[in-house]
Amino acid sequence: MKWRPSELRVRKLGMIYSYPMGVWLLVFFVIPLAIIFLYSFLTRDIYGTVKYPFTLSAYQAMFSKSYGVVLFRTIWITVLSTVLCLLLSLPAGYAMARSKNQTFLLFLVMVPFWTNSIIRIFAWITLLSSEGILSHMLQSLGLLDQGMDLMYNNGAVVLVLVYMYIPYSILPLFTTIDKFDFSLLDAARDLGATKFQAIVKVLLPNIKSGISTALIFTAIPIFGAYTVPQLVGGKESTMLGNIIVEQVQKARNLPLASAFSVVLCLASTFGVLWMLKDAGSSKTKSSLSQQAKVEANVKLSHQGDSNERA
Amino acid sequence: MTQEIIFRTIHCTNDLPYGGIGKPLNTFPVAASHITRAFGDFKALDDVSVTINAGEFFSLLGPSGCGKTTLLRIIAGFDYPDSGSLTFDGKDILDLPPEKRHVNTIFQTYALFPHLSVYDNIAFALKLKKRSKEEIDEKVWRFVRMVQLEDHVFKKPSQLSGGQKQRVAIARALINEPNVLLLDEPLSALDAKLRQNLLVELDKIHDQVGITFIYVTHDQSEALSVSDHIAVMNKGKVLQIGTPYEIYEAPATEFVAKFIGETNYYPATVVSFESYKDEYLVKALVPELGGEVLVTDFEPQEPGKEVAYTVRPEKVHIATELHTKADRLINSYSGVVEEPVYSGFQSKYFVKLDNGSTVKVLKQHENYMDDGPDIEWKDHVYVSWSAEDGFLIKEMGQ
Repeated sequence: MKWRPSELRVRKLGMIYSYPMGVWLLVFFVIPLAIIFLYSFLTRDIYGTVKYPFTLSAYQAMFSKSYGVVLFRTIWITVLSTVLCLLLSLPAGYAMARSKNQTFLLFLVMVPFWTNSIIRIFAWITLLSSEGILSHMLQSLGLLDQGMDLMYNNGAVVLVLVYMYIPYSILPLFTTIDKFDFSLLDAARDLGATKFQAIVKVLLPNIKSGISTALIFTAIPIFGAYTVPQLVGGKESTMLGNIIVEQVQKARNLPLASAFSVVLCLASTFGVLWMLKDAGSSKTKSSLSQQAKVEANVKLSHQGDSNERA
Repeated sequence: MTQEIIFRTIHCTNDLPYGGIGKPLNTFPVAASHITRAFGDFKALDDVSVTINAGEFFSLLGPSGCGKTTLLRIIAGFDYPDSGSLTFDGKDILDLPPEKRHVNTIFQTYALFPHLSVYDNIAFALKLKKRSKEEIDEKVWRFVRMVQLEDHVFKKPSQLSGGQKQRVAIARALINEPNVLLLDEPLSALDAKLRQNLLVELDKIHDQVGITFIYVTHDQSEALSVSDHIAVMNKGKVLQIGTPYEIYEAPATEFVAKFIGETNYYPATVVSFESYKDEYLVKALVPELGGEVLVTDFEPQEPGKEVAYTVRPEKVHIATELHTKADRLINSYSGVVEEPVYSGFQSKYFVKLDNGSTVKVLKQHENYMDDGPDIEWKDHVYVSWSAEDGFLIKEMGQ
């Protein structure tokens, strides 16, 4: 391929511009990731560092019963919270896209970002704890036993996770729904669809990219959640993130912590790949059977034409 | 297969160019009466009444913001009037949701579903009705052949040209066998040449399916060329309903006269009238033309009444010599050509009369001219027209 001089200049310059970022990513992302990957195949030594030989024991330990439970719990909490986020943010995004006060509503969604996440979690703790407003109210209504609280269980973890990550789901949905041509919904109604059918058959397929982005943006951070299960969860709420921290700080088992991290990374990578694949598959190719149908019908039309002439 | 051939034979005896869609469709009259719809302070529709006969090609014509699309959306069921009634075949249908009205719409931007192929777009309504796969397949292909899109069936809308999209929209709407088809400026997104062809195509489809077409447009030439009746709208009001001929030759209001075609428009005062053939001959004082003119009218006009006198540019004759036939029915003026505009088949002249007013004249070039048009810039000319070619506008200001 031959480049025109100007093109060459643009391409060369582009590469030079990208070097600082490339170096940054290499030093602070690719190399650490490679180290973690390497560590996960090493053996733990008694001082809490790593030593040879290469082994798969960290991965075997990960799927042992005690850690398997955590892995399974992490998966179901992630799936449940992500689905809840999506179900809540679909109507929210729709309402925002159709609203006249878009800027104000966007502002409301963005406001929590300006507050430290730990502070927001502690805000929930004051709501949910046994002296908290919510518990107090339920207690006085007789719906909750005296002295009991709403915290330290998986329900509280899911609730706070949904609260923490719902903006990440609302924003991509809002932007795709905002671009959606609402006259398509009129067209669907016109062709006999009920309101619900129009949403399911026309709106949802057309905002697929927004939905997959929302799913990825919420699922990945939730899958690696650490602070929320740590602060509002109970003994039975440990998630992968907590295990990793525990292994690094308390048990000093770096290979196991690394193995969990590798699993987290792989899961996120597959998620992103799925999203990209989904975005790229909008083109259609007609199959052989479709081709045959086209030909048959073109023939039929020609037959009609010759009848016309006859 | 045999059915198809029989059908094609039928359609060729009718001299119709399409594959056809089988049996003729049922249709019904649509009547809107005293419909008012306001958006905040803005009255989109102000006491609008129209009656649309079964099977006719009816146009709602007006500039943007005149309420024509709002009226169409109310008929389709996407909007609800503040007051008034809407009947299909005499039955009030205002409370029916859009999916229950036997009406389909062709949208301005076609509103084809971008995630579905042409085939699935056309099959959309039938799939909702849970028809059998074979029935859907047979019917979809029949309509695909009708709009001649066989080669594009499995493409996505984004891969089609504007004209093809439009044909998909037509097939998608007609496959429901609607009783009325609503068209919301369906040609406005296309270029001028294609627009003409598709307009003729739409007219042919209308003749073929025989259902009522309600066509919204801001383009007066589109409306004039295909409609059975036209309702001219402005600022939420229907100003005149009539055949294209009536709308053009006998506009009822100032707006209609100026919006449809071009015209020379002058304020005038009625002086007197006398009967003439089966009409009346009115004498009116037109200051801009420097005196009194004679004009025919269907009704006697009260002397002293403020009216407007107007004459279409193509009815004005232009010549370098004075009209020889002296006749009191001929209004004749002399002036200078200020601005000749040559456009091939015709020329338009802005003639400045001796008293300072301007008259627009259209002259068809019927004969080949060696040295270009024979009337040129700064030429001294005479313009004239017959009293029967001018008309009076009695409703001014709207």
